[in-house]
Amino acid sequence: MSIQMEDTIAAIATPVGEGGIGVIRLSGCSAVAIAARLFRAANGKELTDFASHQVIFGHVVEPQTGDIVDEIICLLMRAPRSYTKEDVVELQCHGGMVVLRRILALVLENGARAAEPGEFTKRAFLNGRIDLEQAQAVMDIISAKTEASLKMASGHLSGLFSQRIEQLRKPLVAMIAHYEVLLDFPEEGVEELDETAILEQLREIESEIVLLLKTAHTGRILREGLQVAIAGKPNVGKSSLLNALLQTERAIVTDIAGTTRDSIEESANIGGALLRLVDTAGIHDTDDAIEKMGVERSHHYMQQADLQLLVFDGSRPLEEDDFAILKKALGRPFFILVNKADLPQKADLKVLSSLAGTAPLFLISAHTRDGFSQLEKAIAQYVFEENATKDAGAFVNSERQIAALKAARRHINDARNTIEEELGEDFAVIDLRSAWQQLGDILGDTANEAIIDEMFSRFCIGK
Amino acid sequence: MFIAGDYEIIVVGAGHAGVEAALAAARLGCRTLLATLNLDNISQMPCNPSIGGPAKGHLVREIDALGGQMGLSADLASIQARLLNTSKGPAVQALREQSDKGSYHLIMKRICEEQENLDIKQLLIEKLLVEDEKVTGVMVETGEVYTCRAVILATGTYLRGRIIIGEKTYEGGPVGQRAATALTSSLQKLGIELMRFKTGTPARVDKRSLDFSKMKLQPGDEKVHNFSFLSKGRAHEQVPCWLTYTNEETHRILRDNIERAPMANGIIEGVGPRYCPSIETKIMRFPDKKNHQLFIEPEGLCTDEMYVQGMSTSMPIDVQMAFLRTIPGLENVKIMRPGYAIEYDCLNPQQLNLSLEHKKIAGLFSAGQANGTSGYEEAAAQGLIAGINAACKVQKKEPLILRRSQAYIGVLIDDLVTKGTQEPYRMMTSRAEYRLLLRQDNADLRLTPIGREIGLVDERRWQAFCAKRKSIDELTAQLKTMQVTPSRENNEKLQRAGLEPLTAATNIFDLFKRKNVTYDALLEAFALPEAEDDVKEQIMIESLYEGYIKKQQEQVERMEKLERRKLPEDIDYRKISGLRVEAQEKLQQIRPLSLGQAGRISGVSPADISILLVYLEQYRRRDNAV
Repeated sequence: MSIQMEDTIAAIATPVGEGGIGVIRLSGCSAVAIAARLFRAANGKELTDFASHQVIFGHVVEPQTGDIVDEIICLLMRAPRSYTKEDVVELQCHGGMVVLRRILALVLENGARAAEPGEFTKRAFLNGRIDLEQAQAVMDIISAKTEASLKMASGHLSGLFSQRIEQLRKPLVAMIAHYEVLLDFPEEGVEELDETAILEQLREIESEIVLLLKTAHTGRILREGLQVAIAGKPNVGKSSLLNALLQTERAIVTDIAGTTRDSIEESANIGGALLRLVDTAGIHDTDDAIEKMGVERSHHYMQQADLQLLVFDGSRPLEEDDFAILKKALGRPFFILVNKADLPQKADLKVLSSLAGTAPLFLISAHTRDGFSQLEKAIAQYVFEENATKDAGAFVNSERQIAALKAARRHINDARNTIEEELGEDFAVIDLRSAWQQLGDILGDTANEAIIDEMFSRFCIGK
Repeated sequence: MFIAGDYEIIVVGAGHAGVEAALAAARLGCRTLLATLNLDNISQMPCNPSIGGPAKGHLVREIDALGGQMGLSADLASIQARLLNTSKGPAVQALREQSDKGSYHLIMKRICEEQENLDIKQLLIEKLLVEDEKVTGVMVETGEVYTCRAVILATGTYLRGRIIIGEKTYEGGPVGQRAATALTSSLQKLGIELMRFKTGTPARVDKRSLDFSKMKLQPGDEKVHNFSFLSKGRAHEQVPCWLTYTNEETHRILRDNIERAPMANGIIEGVGPRYCPSIETKIMRFPDKKNHQLFIEPEGLCTDEMYVQGMSTSMPIDVQMAFLRTIPGLENVKIMRPGYAIEYDCLNPQQLNLSLEHKKIAGLFSAGQANGTSGYEEAAAQGLIAGINAACKVQKKEPLILRRSQAYIGVLIDDLVTKGTQEPYRMMTSRAEYRLLLRQDNADLRLTPIGREIGLVDERRWQAFCAKRKSIDELTAQLKTMQVTPSRENNEKLQRAGLEPLTAATNIFDLFKRKNVTYDALLEAFALPEAEDDVKEQIMIESLYEGYIKKQQEQVERMEKLERRKLPEDIDYRKISGLRVEAQEKLQQIRPLSLGQAGRISGVSPADISILLVYLEQYRRRDNAV
């Protein structure tokens, strides 16, 4: 049962794919505490120390590492002066779906629960924000949205995905039933469990969950597009490349270094794959304060991107800035694009490719579109083959599913520890049951009776 | 119409549910009548000669902690005791006692006879009297009437009971008793929905015809435990049970005669329990299993009758004799009473409130097998609650409803009332979500204060309990302040006690979190205060499993927020738009007390609960507006 007024809910409050500012909204008694774990105000004050109804500038960081995720504006509205009459925090960030998802994931990892359809509105009503006449409408919203999401969910779940979840649950319920039979019928002569085999099975289930979680990435890429960052020092032709990929003239293209001071996000369809292209500000050593912010943000985008396109100017010798960019890119997937292939070549490609490792290198001209067909083919291939074919159809699709899978994985891990530490069957079962329930939540199936049915169908027990 | 007497509460049936109900009602000050169709069968054990085991033993301890009778009487009649699951965690350890059936009956009969406010009569009740949807009394087969304010039905397997042995069937209750046939139609006329269940029992055999040298001895524990928190020592020496096995020949005989089994020839229409299958069912359902174990258990100290546990059967007598004689040690077995199946009527428990009172007939309670359960312990637990709540009804007090996080009794009743049952319901520890909290060792800590508040816990029990609780609290606090540093001296002490040395400072309480560290192992080395065994045990468990216990307590707190959201009694669920039709029907039928209970009804989804939340708020505001 997941309806609890007392917990804190969170969701992306702005529509997917619509640009501008993206908002993540939290509501509930721990909203401020959860946000405080991720948010660092620019003035160094703790979020919990701010008064209500303030606009606070700062950063979202990874609590463990302190790495900056995005620069944001935080709106703090304490109960009861908020839409839901609960403590509400809104995190307004720069909008790219990748960043929004990342922040939402952090919020969920830190104690919030993904909101149900219509849940903010429901809370607003339950807490007396909306008047009586609107109650009926609220109930209609809940039932309509639930119906719709159920339909969507069942459509989505009918396929390979639900099969895979079922396949994970099957060995779990068998294990649980066996443990329970031993606990409830200790004198029936039922064979003991082989704990080595159980541990092995749990390892398999865990790696299967990890695989499924990886598809969360793919599912998102297919639905929302591959986040691609175009990076390079100023004036190597990043905006021209973006325009060439978009086949339009949107970004301002000039010869003055630093023209693209902010990052621009555009969508493009390349060989059937949806790309969300971010043209980052030119990266170079600079003293200009505004430009410096742009450069920093470019680095963030590079780290968030699913794929980095590193652009180099083939008509000029490589410089320190070029190597610095390459170094930044290492560790995340990237392609090397040597632009301006239509001009006489002066860059030392040997040095580039030796530094690039296995990353592919393309000679292109954003101007003449030389080399573009190979590049576009490689990008499409990257989207479909690197991410998709291994798990055709079985994509994890929502934050709820991700949260449930992660929790299941944690419980399985706990179960393994419990078994290894020989704490006893009844303790192992607690963790196994939790894992089984989390997976069941994904399928909407949490009936306890299944365990008892399994006990009696598999074991001959009883006086 | 001859009015033969007037009582506040009348209990129909003097089995394990009825006796517990009658004693509780009388002890709470209600003038009570206990009616049984045979005074020589009070607290009879018509099936296995034992009480307890996993979950069932938990129930007995809970009954005892609340001030019920079963634990005390079982301890007095015990002829063997075994603590089961000792190699497993504390939550699933459970006591089982073999009982001298005759003594158990006599002890209980005497306790009932000596109970103030309680009359015991041999009567066959034929009719329930109801006026304006309220119970007014009962009518006996001989025509006289007893009037009352509340009736507790504890009819066991007697309602329209039918015995089946092979091709032969006849009307009757267990062990040669009469059946109560007319009461069924009286209940049906009142609109009460009945179900037809089936159960069975094995043959009783003559001890003198058995060869124990071919069986494995099953002795009792050396260190003996009791059910009751008040019992000290033992009344009887322990006697052993014996283990032996079926074989291919046994199975062949059963298979060859399977078409003569009542379940195959269509004589049995009732639903039998999956956990208590007859041997013919076992070999058909698990054909690959080469042998099945059976325990030979004494029925008492003053009889040669032995119970053949595991061999429940309703096969014809010739088949029963033939297959038993293939079993090692039973080659010359003489059957004293054959195994049989029994079919009986019981009430669909979904017609009850969590107080065990019927939703539609005020003052009517039911308990035990009459509510579709199986087992002496399940029956006694419901009997106790029905007795308490009938008394509360008469005395115009709030009923006692134990939560799932408080007691197995709470799980049992909530399961029955909320989910119903398709087969005789047996308690299992796996049915409890918060198993770690509902241990048999802490049943008193969980429930004795509640029993005291109700009025069932007498001064003697209360004083003993308070002393124990105080000693646990004080000793825990003391141990938490006793620091142990990883000094050479301390580590040598630990090593001498056979324990791992320390690497960081800790306190004595936290030391129990380490493997194999027991109170007694540290007692001398660290000069710990002496304490009673149950106090030491409690402290060690609370320390060792602190993390898990905390986790479950947090889960309970989350769940109880929904449990505390009460649903008004007069809701018409059919009028709440947005609820799915299935949910409307189920909610209308079950009428849950809280949102938490509503969520456990099969067919009610989280979205429906969401709608109910909104409805509740609407309701509250409308109320406030008036």
